[in-house]
Amino acid sequence: MDKQETYNYKVVRQFTVMTVIWGVVGILVGVIIAAQLLWPQLNFDIPWLTYSRLRPLHTNAVIFAFGGSALFATSYYVVQRTCQVRLFSDTLSAFTFWGWNLVIVLAAVTLPLGITTSKEYAELEWPIDILITLVWVSYAVVFFGTIVKRRVSHIYVANWFYGAFILTVAVLHVINSAALPVSATKSYSVYAGTIDAMVQWWYGHNAVGFFLTAGFLGMMYYFIPKQAERPIYSYRLSVVHFWALISTYMWAGPHHLHYTALPDWAQSVGMIFSLILLAPSWGGMINGVMTLSGAWHKLRTDPILRFLIVSLSFYGMSTFEGPMMSIKTVNALSHYTDWTIGHVHSGALGWVGLISMGAMYFLIPKVFGRDGMYSTKLIEVHFWTATIGIVLYIAAMWIAGVMQGLMWRAVNDDGTLTYSFVESLKATYPYYAVRLLGGVLYLFGMLVMTYNMFKTISGAKPAEAAVQAA
Amino acid sequence: MSSFWSWYVALLTVGNIVACYWLIRWASKPRKGEANEGDVTGHTWDDDLQEYNNPLPRWWLWMFYITIVFGLIYLILYPGLGRFSGVFNWNQTEAYNQQMAASEARYGPIFSAYAKRPIAELAKDAAAMRAGQRLYLNYCATCHGSTATGAVGFPNLTDSEWLYGGKPETIKQSILDGRQGMMPPMGAALGDAQSVEEVAHYVMSLSGGDADTAKASAGKAKFATCAACHGPEGKGNPALGAPDLTNGTWLHSSTGSVAAVVAAINEGRSGKMPAHRQFLGADKSHLLAAYVYSLNEGQ
Repeated sequence: MDKQETYNYKVVRQFTVMTVIWGVVGILVGVIIAAQLLWPQLNFDIPWLTYSRLRPLHTNAVIFAFGGSALFATSYYVVQRTCQVRLFSDTLSAFTFWGWNLVIVLAAVTLPLGITTSKEYAELEWPIDILITLVWVSYAVVFFGTIVKRRVSHIYVANWFYGAFILTVAVLHVINSAALPVSATKSYSVYAGTIDAMVQWWYGHNAVGFFLTAGFLGMMYYFIPKQAERPIYSYRLSVVHFWALISTYMWAGPHHLHYTALPDWAQSVGMIFSLILLAPSWGGMINGVMTLSGAWHKLRTDPILRFLIVSLSFYGMSTFEGPMMSIKTVNALSHYTDWTIGHVHSGALGWVGLISMGAMYFLIPKVFGRDGMYSTKLIEVHFWTATIGIVLYIAAMWIAGVMQGLMWRAVNDDGTLTYSFVESLKATYPYYAVRLLGGVLYLFGMLVMTYNMFKTISGAKPAEAAVQAA
Repeated sequence: MSSFWSWYVALLTVGNIVACYWLIRWASKPRKGEANEGDVTGHTWDDDLQEYNNPLPRWWLWMFYITIVFGLIYLILYPGLGRFSGVFNWNQTEAYNQQMAASEARYGPIFSAYAKRPIAELAKDAAAMRAGQRLYLNYCATCHGSTATGAVGFPNLTDSEWLYGGKPETIKQSILDGRQGMMPPMGAALGDAQSVEEVAHYVMSLSGGDADTAKASAGKAKFATCAACHGPEGKGNPALGAPDLTNGTWLHSSTGSVAAVVAAINEGRSGKMPAHRQFLGADKSHLLAAYVYSLNEGQ
């Protein structure tokens, strides 16, 4: 027999370390802009530091740099381990690492310079979009190539979700970013008016649905049963919620455009599919949480499992809240308020953040050849600061959002508005302070994780793992 | 929407909902050869990953059914299936028009009563001015500030200095039809940079500002070019909206300076007050004019 085949852990290690580092960066920028809402002087009158330029930097950094790196790291690890074969191509997977990080660095330079397409979550200009496309196609080749040469007959459920996420994000990115360049740093969308808005939110909501949900459900389906050492609760449920989830998510985008120039029929369709989405979304939560039946006691002693399970409770909360907010009459109150920000962060900090952190705590020792993290105590500290931070953040934004919605619609006896916009802004200040505190706690937890990670890997030898026999 | 696209959209929408229903019906039935409840399916990945084949939770299934039924009923009642306008024949444009008509019927008389009274009189009516202020804070404060003291480029409404005149009817006209302020670039007309600077010193001297006496007197002769709009004495012309240069009030800089005047001469200036006739209507504009008037003369 030839030399023993091993898994490609190198690219997993690289993405794992960068997940933590980009996490710190993205959350730090978030904390800065949260502080700017309290103290606008914090932009120091420097254009590059204004809220309008740092806000897209924050969203891109947390979604694509932190979330993206976590998805790359875990999908490369999971697809190898569950197909029991080395990655399809070492060269292409290395290209995805360096290419993706180049995209992030280019974003960090161009967005503060004010170079933007102004499409939310798709702000990067066309040359960077082309680089993203190249990286993404390489990612798809590596991932699906590995699936094709797998040594087991069945494809594990985590890989369905990763696969759906990779395919759909490719389609979304290419269609939404279609633009006519006029210079190296400026392009115009090929779509106009309402159609542009609809394409943008078809992209925008599916970025949530496939990047931040399907991809992370893939993560959930591997790391929860692994860490709990229990079988997945229901294969049947995973089949149903997978197909229902990916087919209904596609329609949900128009709920971002209620009561606009978008035709009535599109608004209605967006709303009812968002409602139908509730059950498929919860299917994933049930399958994850119920996997713990018979092993609940592990939550008391295992902070990594706690990260994973609590992330599912935030997932359940935000996937209930989302369909409710898509109902037109609720949306009439919630839209354009900080309620939306609270909703997004209950998903982002609670679901995406916590499950990624749990998965990284699982992965770091594995790919660096250690028995466990340097300090379990510090994982505990991270868990509690992050959880308290999230609760402060979302509670503050919920209250602020409902308050804003009610203030904006209040009228006097003569029909004039009771409050001017500035009065609602002034009333929001205390909640901005609480939100900042929540963000600072969350950032602190991430710094603790960074310390714990470097202590774990310093002096460690990169791990080599032999491919298991099928 | 053409009937092809109408059917395309309607069939896709219904098709996806029906497919969801079929999927859960299909998965709820046990099939031959399948693992029983509590048993693993028999596949193992990565040493120890396995799956039970437990049935779909009943409460979850009910939730799924309810959302599907709700969705289908909604699509019958409201527009959603292509061109089909729904049993209720509801649409957002009509709903908006109805709401606007209802509020006009309810609140319109209040403002038309105000509109029948002279602006100068309204400006002394405390109840009217409270309503006026609420309108002001929502429609005017964005540019003129919540205390109406303006900002760079946006006139102060409290200082008794007016570009177009401060009579009640003039203020109302500014609100109803807007104003377009326009100072053309005059550098070329004045000649060279030295001339521009001299004129700027002269302009500053008109309001007793910081100016070099020699340059100002050299600029005085050249000011004739500016006099067409600003008048021979620099007192301005409300008919054109040309500012009075002698009153020490500056629109495009917080405090006047030779540099700011040089920039204005070289680059020109423009300012736009949008028209509110279509948006607010004559009655509310009347009350707003009274509020703005009260900030000055009405006190």
